[in-house]
Amino acid sequence: MELTREEESALKGEQGETMQMAYRILVATGEATDAEKLIPIEWAHLSGVNYNTIGDAGEEFLSTISKDARVTVKTTLNPMGFDIDNVSNYKLDENFISKQLSIRNSYETMGVIPSFSCIPYEIFDIPKNGTQVAFAESNAAIHANSYDNLKTNKESAFSALASAIIGKSPYSSLRKEDTPNVTIQMKVKNPNELTYGMLGFYAGKIGDTSVNISGLGEMDQRQCKAMCGGMGTSGTCAKFNFGEGNPNVEKIDFDEKEMQNVHDELNTSEKGDLITLGSPQLGLNEISDLTAKLKGRSFQKRCMVFLPRTVKDQAQKIGYITELERAGCEILSDCCTCLTPLICKDDVDAVTTNSIKGAFYLKNSNGVGVNLKSLKEIVEDETR
Amino acid sequence: MNKILVSGKVKGIVLKSNNPINFLGTVDKKTGIISDKNHSLFEKSVKNTILVFPSGIGSSVGAYTIYSIKSNNTAPIAMICKKADLTVATGCALANIPLITIDDEEFESIKTGMKISIDTDSTIPIHYQ
Repeated sequence: MELTREEESALKGEQGETMQMAYRILVATGEATDAEKLIPIEWAHLSGVNYNTIGDAGEEFLSTISKDARVTVKTTLNPMGFDIDNVSNYKLDENFISKQLSIRNSYETMGVIPSFSCIPYEIFDIPKNGTQVAFAESNAAIHANSYDNLKTNKESAFSALASAIIGKSPYSSLRKEDTPNVTIQMKVKNPNELTYGMLGFYAGKIGDTSVNISGLGEMDQRQCKAMCGGMGTSGTCAKFNFGEGNPNVEKIDFDEKEMQNVHDELNTSEKGDLITLGSPQLGLNEISDLTAKLKGRSFQKRCMVFLPRTVKDQAQKIGYITELERAGCEILSDCCTCLTPLICKDDVDAVTTNSIKGAFYLKNSNGVGVNLKSLKEIVEDETR
Repeated sequence: MNKILVSGKVKGIVLKSNNPINFLGTVDKKTGIISDKNHSLFEKSVKNTILVFPSGIGSSVGAYTIYSIKSNNTAPIAMICKKADLTVATGCALANIPLITIDDEEFESIKTGMKISIDTDSTIPIHYQ
């Protein structure tokens, strides 16, 4: 990788240890991904926030570097482990809470916007077409590349953090023109958000850095997010192009059989003890739609609804939150289904969700059973 | 061809694994001992070795494990891989542990117990003694 004289000097430590470490991260990442240089970015979105995932090692690391590391571009943050407003309703120990708050402090000290959201594309203004960003959250990277005309690699927690500090990222794969070498042909009729989540999950296993997907009809926001979430979960792929692509590329069908295989892999229970909605977190449109669907109805079991704090505040003003709480929903901001410490296999055998991303982590990380249902089915079956 | 991901200059003795290593959950952070029964280096310590293995696998959080073992003085002094994966690359970058990738043939020729010196500024970064 070619570095400028100034970059070389920072890598040698002439701008301090923190800058040196940040450059080491970008150079190592760049060499591993065959980048030839570093390029400026305008926005970084960081993962590595939830104490449940980064643990003591992560907490200690962030605490150490926050003494002098500062971000130099707009930097937003993934969800953490809980919502401080209602954490006392859940069985989390003091250690978890204090370590999580230390992580929050470290990021705030570094100048990061404490957005605690995995849907930055929905709650922040999108920069102009072609802007280079560095998004570590997989569903957000895919959404940015596929729907928002931004350019990012599927960054690691570390390359995104180093990019936020330096304001640059390695110029590799998806930042350049990237032509997919495979096309997934969507053949399933009457798809809902669950179908699109499974399509994304399937495509993510096949694609390397990007895929074409043909046969997509009109998709609503929930379905788009479901597809990005599903794809980010199953592999390294971080972009889909709409359409058949080059006629010479390999074509692979996604039909009932392929969908059934994904379903069988992730759906491990006939029914759930509780319901979760939101992974990715729900935006204001989805909250509005959910409120309308629940009019005059109530959940017959616990239903956890995950959303960003900014969306919760807006929804509160409009009156959606009161309605959702009346219907029996537990409203949780700043956190998400994905890798939540709030669902524990000691208390819960299985969870019903419409999220493929949520299903994957509930099954593999929380170790609980998963019952997949679309939102329509959830409302029909679980409310009265 | 050698590729230098994290630079540095060290001398040491090789500990080689033909299995990939998942740092998160396989390496004990306090002791640097491989705690996975199914791993070929089970019960061996990576501390102060030149760790040679095909590549890292598993969660990117494993990079923090590499940082932790370095903080606990139980880390390898250098790592050599066949394939650069982002977890090991960023972990070595965080911890300032030299990391070089090598081709299959050179990988095959390296054995546990060999003495090696690494100098990433040199035209021949790996020197076998």
